[in-house]
Amino acid sequence: MSDPLGGVAELRGALDDRRVSAVELVRAACARARALDLNAFTHLREEAALAEAEDSDARRARGEARSPLEGIPVALKDNVCQAGEPAQCASRILEGWKSPYDATAVARLRAAGAIVVGRTNMDEFAMGSSTENSVHGPARNPWDPECAPGGSSGGSAVAVAAGVVPAALGSDTGGSIRQPASFCGVVGMKPTYGRVSRYGLVAFASSLDQIGPFARTVEDATLVLEAIAGHDPCDATSIPEPAPALAGALSGDVSGLVIGLPREYFASDGADPEVLAAVRTAVAELEQAGAKTREVSLPHTPYAVATYYLVATAEASSNLARYDGVRYGRRAERVGDLLDMYRRTRSEGFGAEVKRRILLGTYVLSAGYYDAYYRKAQQVRTLLRRDFEEAFAACDVIATPTAPETAFRLGERAADPLRMYLSDVFTVSAPLAGIPALSVPCGFVDGLPVGLQLMGRALDEASLLRVADAYQRRSDWHERRPPEAA
Amino acid sequence: MSAITRDEVERIAGLARLELSEGEAERMAGDLATILDYVEALQALDTSDVEPTANPVPLETPLRDDRVRPGLAAEVAVAGAPHAEGTAFVVPKVIEGEEG
Repeated sequence: MSDPLGGVAELRGALDDRRVSAVELVRAACARARALDLNAFTHLREEAALAEAEDSDARRARGEARSPLEGIPVALKDNVCQAGEPAQCASRILEGWKSPYDATAVARLRAAGAIVVGRTNMDEFAMGSSTENSVHGPARNPWDPECAPGGSSGGSAVAVAAGVVPAALGSDTGGSIRQPASFCGVVGMKPTYGRVSRYGLVAFASSLDQIGPFARTVEDATLVLEAIAGHDPCDATSIPEPAPALAGALSGDVSGLVIGLPREYFASDGADPEVLAAVRTAVAELEQAGAKTREVSLPHTPYAVATYYLVATAEASSNLARYDGVRYGRRAERVGDLLDMYRRTRSEGFGAEVKRRILLGTYVLSAGYYDAYYRKAQQVRTLLRRDFEEAFAACDVIATPTAPETAFRLGERAADPLRMYLSDVFTVSAPLAGIPALSVPCGFVDGLPVGLQLMGRALDEASLLRVADAYQRRSDWHERRPPEAA
Repeated sequence: MSAITRDEVERIAGLARLELSEGEAERMAGDLATILDYVEALQALDTSDVEPTANPVPLETPLRDDRVRPGLAAEVAVAGAPHAEGTAFVVPKVIEGEEG
């Protein structure tokens, strides 16, 4: 089997010293993607990527490297569009469909010289927490292939954890970047809502969705975020601020910075005690480095999962109305009238979890239930936002476990949707409040990775990255390699 | 409020343009009842004076100049359709009348 690829910083050095070419990196990434039996990729575009790598090598030879990402192979979650490539979202309904344009995040990555090698497995339309709801079958966790990699961006997390690519894009609506990052032992970040353009991201829940990076180090994730962030007129919710310069934030200095520990997230009945212990140890390490800690309260936390599943499914039911057999992908065969075409196309094309969420969302938006469910959830969303505003008056970042557990076994929750939803208990609040959050590896329990989640003020990605980077300078969890990818 | 009947699930499925098999409708009614039971917890909160949040990072609606600019060409837009002719999407006949 081909060797795992190093991180961006390492590969960049090798490219600069002509010890390796972008062409060789693309070949190595594709070979490794094929050799690993983890079902992380749904599509490889090796030929096109090799042609782009040749151009990249030529630019570098002329001294015209575009950015630190020049010639670096990356992967995209299958809901982030790239022109001429499939974007199936792990759904039968988008079988055969090819994207007519680049997502802004993809256009920016490519403009920075990064080379997209392929597309990664996910839960159908990003609905799930395990990457089991995929028409391609489940992706597997490289730390234990009988376990789920988390989801919905499981394939991207696996691709990075297994050393196929040093970085990948995912999307996070209720934890879909951070929870798989936690389960696979990599860094994953959901930026502030509006920080990264959603143009070209297949919509699930538009007021929550954000594209963000996976990488093995905070330094690498920062390079990717810098490349993709910033205002985009094609997304009306894009924040009209220039892309922040973030590399300067990675100073290793956290002295005086205040880390808030929300008591609701550390309740003994809310998470695996060994996960909590690993997170506490990581926080103690940051205290050693000069950070201060204080207890804070986010009192509406117990209502976050309910709020999330009402808001997200309502928006999903509306967003997924567009898959009607007219404009995209697959239409049912031998349909009668228009209504019959809609019904049969959608019934054949969507999987069970997507149908469940469309039904729930349709129900909570329907006459007689709108106020009791949807409007109520939007009001509680306001209360959750206020919780964070008050907490951030007393601290700079908030530290919690990313997930209440380590990776669960494949199939274990497939028959219990509510139990699956509850694995998002610590990740849904940040998107509801619109604030940035990341997961950084902070230990292992029984051989499976644990993630430390850091949440910050809106637009303050810099503090999160500073703290997470400071932690990685003092820990080596991110240097461990999963057994399936040795 | 949280009990949801199979009939109600089928009514909702109709609104969402989904057809459910008998088994599916039964299963979905059970799943939705469990989930609705869980979200019932929100009713305990007094939100009478709380504004709803639709966008967590509120912005003014951005405007652009009212000028023609390049967009997706029609040929490109229909290229991904399951059934297209020229630059048109082809769908089953909608208007009643003589057979075409």
